[in-house]
Amino acid sequence: MLSAGFILLLSAAYLGLLFAVARFGDARADAGRSIITANVYALSLAVYCTSWTFFGSVGRATSGGLSFLTIYIGPTLMLLFVGVIIKMIRISKAQRITSIADFIASRYGKSQLLAGLVTVIAVIGVVPYIALQLKAVSASLEVLLDHSGASFMPPMFDSTFVIAALLAVFTILFGTRHLDATERHEGMVAAIAFESVVKLLAFLAVGLFVTYGMFGGFTELFQRAAAAPELARLLQLDSSRSGTWTALILLSGLAIIFLPRQFQIIVVENVDESHVRRAVWLFPLYLVLINIFVLPLALGGLLHFEGQSFNPDTFVLTLPLSRGAEALALLVFIGGLSAATGMVIVETIALSTMVCNDLVMPWLLRLRRFGVSERRDLSGILLGIRRAAIVLILLLGYIYFRAAGEAYALVGIGLISFAAVAQFAPAMFGGMYWKQGTRAGAVAGLLGGFAVWLYTLLLPSFARSGWIDPGFVEQGLWGIGALKAQALFGLSGLDEISHSLWWSLFANIGLYVLVSLNSRPDALEAAQAERFVDIYRHGEQGSDARLWRGTASVDELVSLLERFLGPLRARQQLAAFAAAHGATDWKALPADAEFVRFAEAQLSGAIGSASARVMVASVAREESLGLDEVLDILDEATQVRAYSRELEIKSRELEAATADLRAANERLRELDRMKDDFISTVTHELRTPLTSIRAFSEMLHEDPELDLADRTRFLGIIVNEAERLTRLINQILDMAKLESGRAEWTAADVDLGEVAREAMASLGQLFRDKGVALESEIPEYGPVVLADRDRMTQVMINLLSNAVKFVPGATGRVKVRVTADARQVRVEVEDNGPGLSAEESLVIFEKFRQGGNAMTDKPQGTGLGLPISRQIVEYFGGNLWVESRPGAGAKFIFTVPLPAPEK
Amino acid sequence: MKRGNPLRQRLAALGLLGIPLLTYPLLSLPSGSWNGIPASFLYLFGVWTLLIVLAAGVAERRGK
Repeated sequence: MLSAGFILLLSAAYLGLLFAVARFGDARADAGRSIITANVYALSLAVYCTSWTFFGSVGRATSGGLSFLTIYIGPTLMLLFVGVIIKMIRISKAQRITSIADFIASRYGKSQLLAGLVTVIAVIGVVPYIALQLKAVSASLEVLLDHSGASFMPPMFDSTFVIAALLAVFTILFGTRHLDATERHEGMVAAIAFESVVKLLAFLAVGLFVTYGMFGGFTELFQRAAAAPELARLLQLDSSRSGTWTALILLSGLAIIFLPRQFQIIVVENVDESHVRRAVWLFPLYLVLINIFVLPLALGGLLHFEGQSFNPDTFVLTLPLSRGAEALALLVFIGGLSAATGMVIVETIALSTMVCNDLVMPWLLRLRRFGVSERRDLSGILLGIRRAAIVLILLLGYIYFRAAGEAYALVGIGLISFAAVAQFAPAMFGGMYWKQGTRAGAVAGLLGGFAVWLYTLLLPSFARSGWIDPGFVEQGLWGIGALKAQALFGLSGLDEISHSLWWSLFANIGLYVLVSLNSRPDALEAAQAERFVDIYRHGEQGSDARLWRGTASVDELVSLLERFLGPLRARQQLAAFAAAHGATDWKALPADAEFVRFAEAQLSGAIGSASARVMVASVAREESLGLDEVLDILDEATQVRAYSRELEIKSRELEAATADLRAANERLRELDRMKDDFISTVTHELRTPLTSIRAFSEMLHEDPELDLADRTRFLGIIVNEAERLTRLINQILDMAKLESGRAEWTAADVDLGEVAREAMASLGQLFRDKGVALESEIPEYGPVVLADRDRMTQVMINLLSNAVKFVPGATGRVKVRVTADARQVRVEVEDNGPGLSAEESLVIFEKFRQGGNAMTDKPQGTGLGLPISRQIVEYFGGNLWVESRPGAGAKFIFTVPLPAPEK
Repeated sequence: MKRGNPLRQRLAALGLLGIPLLTYPLLSLPSGSWNGIPASFLYLFGVWTLLIVLAAGVAERRGK
């Protein structure tokens, strides 16, 4: 059933489907309706899972047990440090970064040297990884064809070469539609997300088939494995290899952000920072799912093919085939093809951008024919270079595969690449968090680390393939034992990967830090360091424009843009720039620092920051700023920010002060209003007795015939009213004195019991006149408080006279009680009068509030007695309040604190 | 961007928690098997999944 033609057709159809998805994505992006959501972004990260994962993990599990998981745990942990990733994205957007080489070069002063170095390391490091994809696809194809007994093509026609060629065509179609490399390949990202789903489903399908179809589930598989001694070893973690475990987690954690294709997907293709938040957990979840069945598949394969010859890297295919499940095997083949295709497309696009911008362009620009004086449109040539680079990289991969393919298992090759890109870590992290890191340091670190990697990892792998003499591995270079490539300086007991990783990172970090500390950055480097490390503070532009000083002409810059972007695109960008600056026509724009910066940014997107800088410098005469000057400008910017923060604080303080003042003003007005109220009330209160006195006096004056009894009655009223008037005036004066704090107080020991008794005695006649019973419950001596005796008597008399006023005659009863506890004296005056409602109980202490109904009853007092009493009691630290219910009498209570006991 | 973004700090804290949990020497703790499935297998996948669930909880807790 599985004829070669059918397989080929199916593969082509699948690749066509991927292409359709990509076209759809591009079309939607062009229409402004991006299909890149957070979920698509997270899934596209799974380009990390290549055919190495798809086929190689099972192979690795057959020898190393669970240690294959390190390759996926590392990325999980790395992604949790989301701040690092966000910072990379933020910097790349601000600087229009197109690749990891561009990132490093841009940070260290837009150095062409660094860009080229990073590109070389990346290409050398990653080519084996591409070879690995070709190998995986060709091996899986071989298995399928072996099974069906068909031969794919005539032997001289190499199937792997056909695959490589197909992938190259495909990548060119995918990746070089636009020139501007910062312009995202949304179609490609969509296709990658799609293929990620396909490979996951394929792998889960074969996992379920083997685990539950061929065996009785996890438990049975594990139990059968545990019974076989050589398999039981795979089920346990080997703690003697703990160093390797940690090294691999570190390695894969670095690879997830520094592999050129990962950098491309995570940073360059990122549409929206908030998508990272989804990727933080969705991508690791993907990794868990694709790894659950790896160990069961490995065990299943080992159990099933026991005693036969087999290649563990192709278990995922051979297991279903052994049961005749050809449809499943085809699905698995498509999944593997999917994984390989995704990796190759993104990786070669990323690498071709780097090769074009950072290796070919600098060289090309030095050639007279393409040089500065020429005005030819280079945008077509640029695209051509990228396409050629794609073909070249795939060709290199193919050659490597042909030459070394059989020597290594899949996993070995992948880890060599991981170790190569791990060399970017010091320059990247240092560049993002350490302003002191310099170009010289970065170059030294990269060269050192790369050299050690080459010597301890890549060359030994060549030696193993038989290309070069393995003497330096076995006896050491020139026979020196300390230089044995895989036991450098006698460090043995590690596997080759961790051995190489530790030594290369040691050399890399050591040189980077040491040289950085002993070199001085130039002006541009210092400025870039500032922009990278403080990206959150600098934001988009800020002080950037001020860091360029010189003269330029708009025409020359525009022609430069047209040369590299193509006339159409250049004009679009210029129009957008002009619109953003409020100009109708870009021709009217001044050739100021901002325009130069815009031109350089546009060029960066096309040819990388280092080349862009060279090109702009060629047409604009820049006055070179000294390092000190640059630092001054940056300092100044920092200071301006500090000042503006201070201003903000000041203005907030002012606002607070204003609010306080407003509140105070409000209170003053309220007091003013209260004073007015008081005066009008007082005048009213004074007028009432005066009116009465005047009325009776006039009657006496006008009617001499009035009989004696009336005359006496009238005179009595006049005397009473005059007394009331006097009392009122006295009390008002008293109140005023108390309120203004000018009252004179004397403080002495006062026996409150005695005060109460005296007050009762002096009012005794009043009570007897009205027939009100006056009872008391007062201790014979004390309690003694520190207070003003006369004032206390005043309070007592006020309370008693109030009480006698309100109780009914004959049946009235008033009771005085004086008690003391440890802290205070409590004096109660209780009556059986009409009582007070809850509201009255409160207002009765306000000035001029009279008990009883003010409308119908004749006023019985001045309305000042209780407020005065309360002031007096409070002056001595006590309280005065009333407890009462309507109809149940009232109980006025005041307390005065006892003096603190002497110690 | 504010300094001390709580989301980033929480996720980073999870990462710092995950490193010791998923490396030696803690990794040598699980031994034997449970229901026929090796304890190391369960431990690795269990801790890994737990980290992811916690990260999902932190990352998706607040809307944009």
